[in-house]
Parts: sequence; structure tokens; C-alpha cells
Amino acid sequence: MKDLLSGNEAIARGAYEYGARFAAGYPGTPSTEIMEAFANYPGVYAEWSPNEKVAMEVGIGAALAGAKAMVVMKHVGVNVAADPLFTASYTGTNGALVVITADDPSLHSSQNEQDNRHYARFAKIPMLEPSDSQEAKEYIKLAFQISERFDTPVFLRSTTRVSHSKSIATLDEPQKIEDTTAIRYDAEKFVMVPNNARKRRVAVEKRLKELQKFAETFPENRVEINSPDVGVITSGMPYNYMKDVFPDFSYLKLGMVYPLPLGLIRDFASKVKKLYVVEELEPFIEEQVRALGIDVIGKEIFPYTNEFDPGILERAICGPGEATPPPQAAAIPPRPPNLCPGCPHRGLFHVLGKMKVFVTGDIGCYTLSYMKPLEGLHSCICMGASIGMAHGMSKALGEKGKGKIVGVIGDSTFLHSGITPLLDMAYNRSNAVIVICDNRTTAMTGMQEHPATGFTLQGEKTMGVDLPTLIRALGIESVRIVDPYDLREVRAVIQEELDREGPSVVISRRPCVLFKREKGKPSKAYFIDPEKCTGCRLCLGLGCPPISWKSRKDLPAGQEAGKSKKQQGIASIDRNLCNGCGLCRTLCKAGAIMEET
Amino acid sequence: MNQTTRGILIAGVGGQGILRASDILCRIFMIAGLDVKKSEVHGMAQRGGCVTSHVRYGRKVYSPLAKKNDVDILVSFEKMDTLRYLDYLKPDGTVIINTEELYPPAVNLGEASYPDDVIETVKKCFSNVKIVDALALAQKSGNARTVNTVLLGTLSTCLTIPLEMWEKGLAESFPPKILESNLEAFRLGRAV
Repeated sequence: MKDLLSGNEAIARGAYEYGARFAAGYPGTPSTEIMEAFANYPGVYAEWSPNEKVAMEVGIGAALAGAKAMVVMKHVGVNVAADPLFTASYTGTNGALVVITADDPSLHSSQNEQDNRHYARFAKIPMLEPSDSQEAKEYIKLAFQISERFDTPVFLRSTTRVSHSKSIATLDEPQKIEDTTAIRYDAEKFVMVPNNARKRRVAVEKRLKELQKFAETFPENRVEINSPDVGVITSGMPYNYMKDVFPDFSYLKLGMVYPLPLGLIRDFASKVKKLYVVEELEPFIEEQVRALGIDVIGKEIFPYTNEFDPGILERAICGPGEATPPPQAAAIPPRPPNLCPGCPHRGLFHVLGKMKVFVTGDIGCYTLSYMKPLEGLHSCICMGASIGMAHGMSKALGEKGKGKIVGVIGDSTFLHSGITPLLDMAYNRSNAVIVICDNRTTAMTGMQEHPATGFTLQGEKTMGVDLPTLIRALGIESVRIVDPYDLREVRAVIQEELDREGPSVVISRRPCVLFKREKGKPSKAYFIDPEKCTGCRLCLGLGCPPISWKSRKDLPAGQEAGKSKKQQGIASIDRNLCNGCGLCRTLCKAGAIMEET
Repeated sequence: MNQTTRGILIAGVGGQGILRASDILCRIFMIAGLDVKKSEVHGMAQRGGCVTSHVRYGRKVYSPLAKKNDVDILVSFEKMDTLRYLDYLKPDGTVIINTEELYPPAVNLGEASYPDDVIETVKKCFSNVKIVDALALAQKSGNARTVNTVLLGTLSTCLTIPLEMWEKGLAESFPPKILESNLEAFRLGRAV
């Protein structure tokens, strides 16, 4: 049977077909749907862990207990999980451990563009890279096989284009499951104290040599000889782009990008006159090919930054050509992403943008608040960074920073990696204020559960950690809860806490407006009475999508713009878009904004 | 060059049902026995930003992304945003424009104006242009959330896939409760 699957759905399907019944991960674009799809298969255990490091450790534990385990994260998640991973490379896996890294060339939804192929070499573990959904489904199985055969964690690397493209894949019957789990003691292998680790270090080098040999005949390192004039070494999605534009070239399509089949590469290079290495981001393959003394064309013509497409590759190889200039109309205004209508973050950041404070931000929808017109966030580095950075700033600034530093973090992000820096703030007597934007879910990646929601990934009811209790237990004495729809309260409470000596936490609590279970969406839309609107534009300062400015000249004939002839226009609300949060009514001094009846 | 693969680009604004439309379209190509791939970017784009979905089909498809000047049909769910993607079209390409206007922040704030010459500009460059008031037709179908199905209906007139296959694909894509309104929306779009 054939089906149209995304790369992510295909990875989940392949793992299930192979007999994997254990997976852990943390949501992150473009990896999220792998866990969501896997969790739906019968008989599997799948969990959202609080963060990627925990997920990795859960996966290592399951593998040492003999399970076939999969650990899933986006590229920057591997940074969080790197510590256990590097040493799990020494212990080996007993069962099987496959780590999915979903990279994001072009930073569609990420804070950096790191190339995680480097992690394979760094941690000395093999990495496979599929180019479409059929391969994604097969390669995850191969990854499990390699993990079992060579007693090593194995990376499967996807990119946004592979994860979020859909293509046709053949579905196979799941393999018969044998229970391979058991408690097994092996201190020399599992206890990585220096004396044992030194021996394992040698075993890792030996394993890498064996893997190199394996790569030479690995069938997914595939040679396609066409024209002897031009050869291309490539892997993953760029293979498709090249095949699309240059079907007559010869190809060495690498299914395993680490370790490389050096003999196969030498042989392929000898069969073609001109050789390209085509890879997105870093010259990872190119440098290793050059180290063999083979002359290739690579990053001198192909860009380092951003993902490729067939046009980029065609222009790099054939030159710019005579592209037809795009037809020009009047300048097209940009369309950046925005907080949703009724988003609870909007009120909080409207207030923060007006206070004279530096706001260290974090990873979440609310990061968008750095933009006009809210401008209520002033830094964003990585998951959990807001708290440590607020503390560091406040300590460095001393008296100058008093009452001026606020750190903002979402509920899921706080539980991911905000607890330890908050403990630091309590321990080292910080003066910053931390605001937790508690929207009761992991909103940006599409409403995933976390340890405070009361539900697991597989939909079971569970405990939900009580944030104020947790925060007080860390040693923060002042914990306040505010409703971000109440602008006056938000401002007053944050100011009080800024004026206080010592660290404090304000929980800005209201469910995400898109979150159906919590019924975050108020029912009635608001409208603006054109007779009463004074054209002051205060409501426009919210940057709420339904609120727009109608200048006098654009109004239909006969419609007045406010009372004064001098008034340049009025604000208006698109009732189809309005989610009825009422923030704009709070701001309107003229009383022109009303709830529909 | 790969002459056998054809491309459709569906574009618009997050929340307009673009990804759903391209999913359905792929299913229909599958039913027609063709190879098909699609590609889009989710994530931040869901928050009212630009959304595009490439669909490529043929005997054997490699790249899910088209290069510029190589798309056969552009289906634009938002009037102004049509202009962002014209350079993807082949010179003899077809453009389907939904006349719905969604204002980006700069227009809402009065800092930029919504271009008033979109359709003229497109018509100046391309001879095959279809204008659809998809929201009005969706409302006429009895379900205002069928804008994407209306536009699939219009798109269906530009492809050679038999009507039964479209109907089969739609039936596989919608729960019975909303199938009838979607079939009606499809018919209304097809009649444009």
C-alpha cells in the first residue's frame, strides 16, 4: 500500500515497522511531528521529556535495558543533549539507539543554522541522511540495524525540506516484535569512570574503522554513472535538486554522511572528468574529499548559507543566465509573522515595551514581540537563556540595573531549562524580575503537552506541576500571578516587583488563544464606533492583526472620519479576525471600542 | 532540464488553508497514478506570515521545490501576495487570484498602502489569469471555511484530471459532515 507521507511521518512509520516501541523527545520545528506520529501507533511508549538532554538520557536508559529506542529533536536540541550523547558513544547501546536531528537550513524557525553533521564526527557515531519520505522510512530502519550491529548510537539527520515535504512511500507490515529487554550488568562498559572510559575510547576508534569499512559497501551509498564528464557527490535533499536540473550527470549519492566511504569516493572521482560536491551549509564532505588529494568544486561556487533549491544550483553551475526580471508592481509591503489576534502575550509585551526596562527574551511565539509596534523584548539566544542572562545583566550592572532588568520565558521553556537558572537567581540573590508567560501549552510548535499541562504526549492524565509551588521551593519568595489581558494590573505588579529587593517571579497566566482544550478564545468580537474614534492610533500600538487604519481619503463616500474635520482617519476592526480579547478597549480613551452584542 | 515534471505553487497567508489545499491536490495526483511531491515551511509562518506550498507532479519527481521561471500554475490565496511569486512562473504560466485582501502590519499601521494595481500588473505580464472571489463563493456554498476548496475547483479547470478523480480525492479528504459543502464549493470554483 502506498501513502503520501511527510518525511517526519515516514520516520515514525519506519521506526514502528522496524519494531521500535520506545521514543522520547522535546518539540522543536522541524522535528515535532515525528513524535506526534509515532505516539499514535499501537503498543508504543512515547514521551515528551522536559528537554532534549532528559530525552537523550531516557533513550540511553531504554537502550541499555535492551529496547530499540528513538530520541527526537531539532538541531539546537542536540546541543542540549550533547553531554549524555558523547559518552553514550563510549558505552554503546546494548539494545539500539537512534537519534534524530532535524536541521533547519535557512533558519525557517530557528535561532541559528548549525550543521549537525559535525556532531557525528565529534561524537564518533555514524549518521544517515535521507532525501525523501521513502528513504526516510527505510533509513530509520537501517539506522536501527547499524546501531544493533555496531553497538553504537546512530544519527538520522533530516532537514526542514525533508521533514516537511510530502512524497509517496510504500507502507510495509510491521515486523514481528520480540521482547529484547532485560536488566544487564556490565560495569566496565556502563560505568564511565576514567579507567573504564579509557578502554572504551579505544573500542570507539576500532568501531569507527569497522564502520568506515561498512560504508564502502553500504548499498545506500549509491553510484549512478551517466555522463563521464561531470560527477557529483551529494546527499539528502540537494540530490533531488541536482537530479531535477542535471539528470545526465553522474552521481555518488551518499546515504551515510559519516563516516564517508573514502575508497568509493576515490573510485568515483577516477571515473569522471570534473567533480562537484553539492551540500548545504558547511563543506563537511568537501573537506574530507579534498583531504584525499582529490580536486573538487564546492563551496567556491555553492553558498554556505541558506538551503539550496534547483535554481540556486543551476545558477551556481551554469552562471546567472538570462533570467526574466520579475514583473514589478508598486512596492509590496512585507508580511512578517505576528502574534495571533487575542494572543495573551500581546498585553504583557505592550506593557513591557512601554516600561524603561531591558527584557531578556527566550524561545517562543512571544519572541515576535521584539518587532514594531510592541518592541517589548531585547534579546533571544536559546531555550532558557532569558533567566541566566537577566541575572548576569543585573549583577554586572549593579545599582545601574536596579529595577531595569526583566527576563521573560514561556511555561514550556521554563520547565525545559529555566529551573536551574532561577535557582541560581535565588541562590546568588539576584535583583531581576522573571515573567513566565504561562499559556498552558507549548504553543509555537503546535500545542504540545509539558509537565505542567496535566497530560502526557499519549493523552493520558497525569500530574501537572504547580508553578508557584515549584518556584517557591527554589527559594524565590515573591511569586505573583497576573492576567495579561489586564494591562493595568500587569504594569503595577511588574513595577512593584522591580522595586523590591531580591529576585521575584510574575506568572502572566492565560491559555493560548488557539488552545481548544483550555477554551482560550473569548467569544464575541469587538468593533469601533467610527463616530467616536478620535484617530489617536493608541489601539494600533497593539499590532493586533484585525485592527487597521483607514485614512480619510480611503473611506467610502459619505462616511465621516470622527467628529473633527482635521482628523486624518479612523481605526477599524475586522470582525472576522477579532478573537475578542478586549485589550484595545482597555486602551481606548474615547470609549469608541465596544463588544458586539 | 527535466521536461516531464510540472509545478504548481500555492501561496497566501497563514491560516487560509493553503497546506490543506496542497495536501488534497497531492492526493488527487496520486489517485491519477502520478508521482507527486510537495514542500512547504510551517512553524513561524503560521502566525499570519507568508505561506507557500510547492506541488510538483509527473512520471518521476525529484525536487519538491520548483526553481524560478518554472512553475506552470500559481494559485494565490491573497490578492497582493500574488506579486511576491510571479517570478516563479513560466512566461506562459497561469495565475489564479483570490481577490481577498489581508492587510499586513505596515498597511494596518498606515505606514504603507495596499497596492491597488495588482490585477492590472499581473495581466500585463501573463495572458492566462483567472480572478476568483473565493470568499463570496465559499459563503454561497454554505461554509465560509471552504475558500481553499473553491480555489481547487478553479485550479481543476487548468488540469486534465477527470472530474471523478477530483471528487474521489475530496471525499477521501473531508469528514462526511462537511463533505457536501466542500463539493459545492469545488463546483462553484470550477464554474468560474
